[in-house]
Amino acid sequence: MSAILKKFKRSKSANSIWRQPLAVVGIVIILTWTILAVFAPWIAPYDPNAQDADKFLTPSAQHWMGTDELNRDIWSRIIYGARISLPYSLLLVFLSATLGSIIGAISGYAGGKVDSFLMRVTDVFFAFPGIVLAMAVAAALGPQIRNAVIAVTIVAWPVYARLVRGLILNAKQNDYVTASALLGSSALRTMVVDLRPNLSGPVFVLASLEVGNALLLLSGLSFLGLGAQPPAAEWGSMVSMGAVNFDRWWVGLFPGLAILTAVLAFNFIGDSLRDALDPRTAKALRD
Amino acid sequence: MNLLTVENLTVTLATGSGDAQAVRNLSFNVGHGEILGIAGESGSGKTMTALSMLGLLPYKGKASGSIKFDGREILASTKREYRDIRGKEIAMIFQDPMTSLHPMLTVEVQLTEHLRHHRKVSKAAARNSALELLATVKIPEPASALSAHPSQFSGGMRQRIAIAMALACEPKLLIADEPTTALDVTVQAGILKLLHQLRKDRNLSVMVITHDLGVLSSLTDRIMIMYAGSEVESGATSDLLQNPRHPYTKGLIAALPGNSEVNSKNLLSIDGMPPELGNFPSGCAFHTRCKFAKASCKETVPEVLNLSSDHRIFCPVNPFSELSNSGSK
Amino acid sequence: MRPVSGERKTRKRPLSGTGFAPFIIRRLLTSIILVFGVTFIAFSITQLVPGDPVAANLGQSAYSDPEIVAAFEKEFGLDQPVPVQYYKYVTNLLQGDLGVSLSSKRPVAEDLKEYFPATLEIALIAVLLALVVGLLLGIISAVTRDRLADQIIRVFSLTGVSMPAFWTALTAFYIFFFVLGWAPGTGRLEPGGEAPPTVTGLFTIDALIAGDFSTFRQAFSYLLLPAVVLAIYAIGVLTRFTRASMLEILGNDYVRAARAKGLPEFTVIRRHVLRPALLSIITVAGVAFSSLLAGSVLVENVFSWPGLGQYAYRAAVGLDLPGIMGVSMVVATVYITMNLIVDILYRIIDPQMKDSA
Repeated sequence: MSAILKKFKRSKSANSIWRQPLAVVGIVIILTWTILAVFAPWIAPYDPNAQDADKFLTPSAQHWMGTDELNRDIWSRIIYGARISLPYSLLLVFLSATLGSIIGAISGYAGGKVDSFLMRVTDVFFAFPGIVLAMAVAAALGPQIRNAVIAVTIVAWPVYARLVRGLILNAKQNDYVTASALLGSSALRTMVVDLRPNLSGPVFVLASLEVGNALLLLSGLSFLGLGAQPPAAEWGSMVSMGAVNFDRWWVGLFPGLAILTAVLAFNFIGDSLRDALDPRTAKALRD
Repeated sequence: MNLLTVENLTVTLATGSGDAQAVRNLSFNVGHGEILGIAGESGSGKTMTALSMLGLLPYKGKASGSIKFDGREILASTKREYRDIRGKEIAMIFQDPMTSLHPMLTVEVQLTEHLRHHRKVSKAAARNSALELLATVKIPEPASALSAHPSQFSGGMRQRIAIAMALACEPKLLIADEPTTALDVTVQAGILKLLHQLRKDRNLSVMVITHDLGVLSSLTDRIMIMYAGSEVESGATSDLLQNPRHPYTKGLIAALPGNSEVNSKNLLSIDGMPPELGNFPSGCAFHTRCKFAKASCKETVPEVLNLSSDHRIFCPVNPFSELSNSGSK
Repeated sequence: MRPVSGERKTRKRPLSGTGFAPFIIRRLLTSIILVFGVTFIAFSITQLVPGDPVAANLGQSAYSDPEIVAAFEKEFGLDQPVPVQYYKYVTNLLQGDLGVSLSSKRPVAEDLKEYFPATLEIALIAVLLALVVGLLLGIISAVTRDRLADQIIRVFSLTGVSMPAFWTALTAFYIFFFVLGWAPGTGRLEPGGEAPPTVTGLFTIDALIAGDFSTFRQAFSYLLLPAVVLAIYAIGVLTRFTRASMLEILGNDYVRAARAKGLPEFTVIRRHVLRPALLSIITVAGVAFSSLLAGSVLVENVFSWPGLGQYAYRAAVGLDLPGIMGVSMVVATVYITMNLIVDILYRIIDPQMKDSA
C-alpha cells in the first residue's frame, strides 16, 4: 500500500494527488481520526463508558458534545468510536477486494466456461439488494461488528471481480504476457508476477473509493442494531440512540458528523487518486 | 493586402509538467485565393497554429501575438466575436472524418445548423443550400444523403461531407488539418482535386496542414515548414521543393519516396525523433538532429535569413548556400 | 447504500443478431435466469450461515416447547432437507406463489403488494428529483470546469454521496418537524387518516384517482421529506456521473468541429454534447433507482415509513427466509427491468448502435 502511495507521490504529473487540495484535506482528516483513535485513552476527556455525568446534558465546556441517555460523554465516545469504524471499514475493504480480485483473476485468466459462470454469478450479486442480504447474514450470524464485516464482504466483492477480470482481459492481449506464457511460465506465475503490477494500481484506487461506502454500510447495520452492540461506542449505533431521543439533537448529530467527515475524507482521497491515474484506467474505474 | 497576416504567434499549452510553448514566434500570411501549406512532423505545432486562428485551443491553452484577418485583429476577440468568425469567415476541416462528424446527428442537421445560425435562413432554404453543397463536393444522391447518418458513408465520403459543412457559409478562409491523412491513397487524390477546384471556383483561400510534403506539392502555392513550434523555411512551392535550403527541409524532401538517390548521400537523412512538447531543445531546436550544427546553434535562436523576396530560412549556418546559388536563377 | 458506479456494465451489448426482436428475447431470457440466480444465492447464503429461524420467530416459552417447535417447522416446511425446500420454493414460485412469511404469517406476495407501493412512491419522487437536480448540476459543473461553480458542485456532490442516510433522515426530521414544524410526523398519513381506495397503492395517485385532494395533499406532505432524503445520495451520484460523461464527450473531435462552425455554446452543449451524454446517464439513472429501493431500508426506519425497507428489516431480523427472498426478488426484478429498459432506450436513442455493434 505504501509502495503504491509512493508511486503516486513520485509521479510529477499535474494531476498528482499531492497537488489536489481535496486530497490533502482528505488526508488531513483521516490522519486526524487516526491519531484520535490511536491515542484515544490520552485524548478523550472521559471514560467512554463511565456513567458519572448527568443524562442528556447539552454541549458545554465540560462536555463539548453533551452527554447521552446513559450519562456518558459523547465526545469521548466518538473518539473511541474511531477505533471501531475506521479499522473495520478498512478490514472490510481489504477482505472484499481480496475476494473479488481472486474471483476476477480466475475468471479473466481461465476464460471460457469458468469465466462465463463466474460472471453470471457476479451479475446476480449486482442485481441483489446488498443491504437486504447483509442484514439477513448479520442477523443470522448474530449481531456483532465482526459478523457485519463478514456480511458486507459477501455483498461487496463483485465490483472488484469485474474490474480485475477486465484488466486481465486487457493485459492478456499484451505481448509480454503472451511472451511469458511462451517461455513456459505457469499460469500462477504469469498472474502473480507479470500481471499484478497492472492490477494493483486500479484495484487500490477502487478500494480507496469503496472505503467510504464500506463505512456507510457498516454504520448503517450498526444503526439498525445488526452491527456493534452496546455498550460499544460505535458511530452508527450512537446515531440510533439519537433517533430514539430525536428531540435531543446533539445525541445523534455529532456521531453522524463523525461518519460524514470520515466518509467524505475517504471519498476525497479516492476521487483524487482516480484522477491521478491515467485517463484510460480512470475510465475503466468509472464504468 | 493579405487575407490573413499572422505575426509573432506564440501558443502556450498546459501540460502535465507545467506550461509549454507549442508554437513560438510564428509569422506568416495567406493571400486572397492562395493555398498555403504548413508542413512538419507531429508535435511541430501546426495544428495548434490552425486552432488558434479560430480561438479553439485546447483546455487551458493561450495564444499571444497578432492575427489579422481581413484587416481586423482577431486574436483578442471575445467569445462572441469568435463565434461570428468561426464557420462564417474561417472554416475548418479536421483530420479524421470518422470522429469529426457527430455520430448521432443527420447529415442535414450538421450541414445546415451553422448556416441557419449565421445566415438566419429558413429551414427550406438551408436544405436547398445543403443539397447544392453536397452536389458541389460530389456526393451521389444528395437528397437521400441528407437524411442519413455519417456512419452510413465511407471515410472519403465523410470527408467530402465535412468539406461541404465547412463551405456552407461561404467562408473566406478554409483551414484543412491533415485533410487526407486518414484516407486511402486513391481517395486522397479526389479530395485534393476537390480542394483545388474549390479554390478556382470560389477564390477561396486555403491553409492546408500536413506532415506529408507529397500532398502539398501539387496543391499549394506556397509552403511553410515547421519544426518544434517555429518556422524553419518557407517559400513558393516549386522553389522550396526543388531548392530547399534548410537542412531539415532537405531531409524531409529526401525522405519522400522516389528520392532515394538524393538520400544515398546520407548527408540528408534525419536521425532521431522529433522533440516532444515541453522538451524543445534550446537555440535552434533542430540542432540535436542536424548534421551541420555548430556550437552556436545550441545557444542562439536563429534569425530570419531572406534568400529572396519569397524564400526565407531560419538557419544562420545555411550549409547549402553554395549548392543553391549555382542552382537558383 | 450500494455503490452505483461499478454497476453499469451489467448492460450487455447483444453478441449476435442485430434485429430488435431477437435482442429483446435474448435479454428477457438472461433476465429470467438472473432472477432465478438471485433466489438460489439468497437461499444458499441464508442456509450456509448458522441461524435458527424458529428461535427468531417464536417467543422464549414457545421455543422451549418441542411440540410447538415441531408444529412451526412442519407448517413452514423447515423440517425438510434443504434441497427439497429450495425445489418446493422454486416450483411454487413458477406458479406465482412466494410462500408464507415466517414473521407476519401472511403470504409474502400479499405483504409485498402492501409494502412495495409505499417504497415505490418515495423512490419515484426521489429518482425524478435526482434526475432533474443531478443533470442540471452535472451540466453546470462540466461547463464551468475547474472554475468556482464546478468546485462547489463537486464538493457538494461528494458530500451527497458521503452522508449516512439514516443520519440525514434524522437530522432532516429534527429540523423540519421538531424545530420548524414544516413537515408532518412519521408514517404515510396522519394518525387515523384513511388511505384512498387502492388502485396503484401509491397514496398520492390513488387520492387523485378518487378525486380526493385533501388526502392527496396530506399524502404528498408526508412523503416529501423521506423522498428528498432518499434523493440526496442519488443526486450526488448523478451529478458526478453527468459531469464525467460530459467532460469525456467535450473532448471529442465532433464537439471541436461543432465549435468550429461558430454555433452558440448553448447549442453545442445541448445538441452535440448532451445527447450522447444522456445515453450513459440514463444507464446510471436506471441503476440508481434500484439502489434507492435498497437505500430505503435506512430512511424508512427513521420515518416509520411502512415500505419495503421496513419489511426487509423485519424479515432479516426474523430470519424469515420467504420474506427475505421476496424482497430480494422484487429489488432484483426492478434492477433487471431497469437495465432492460435502459438497453431498449439505448437502441432507440442511438440509431448507430445497430451499425456499430
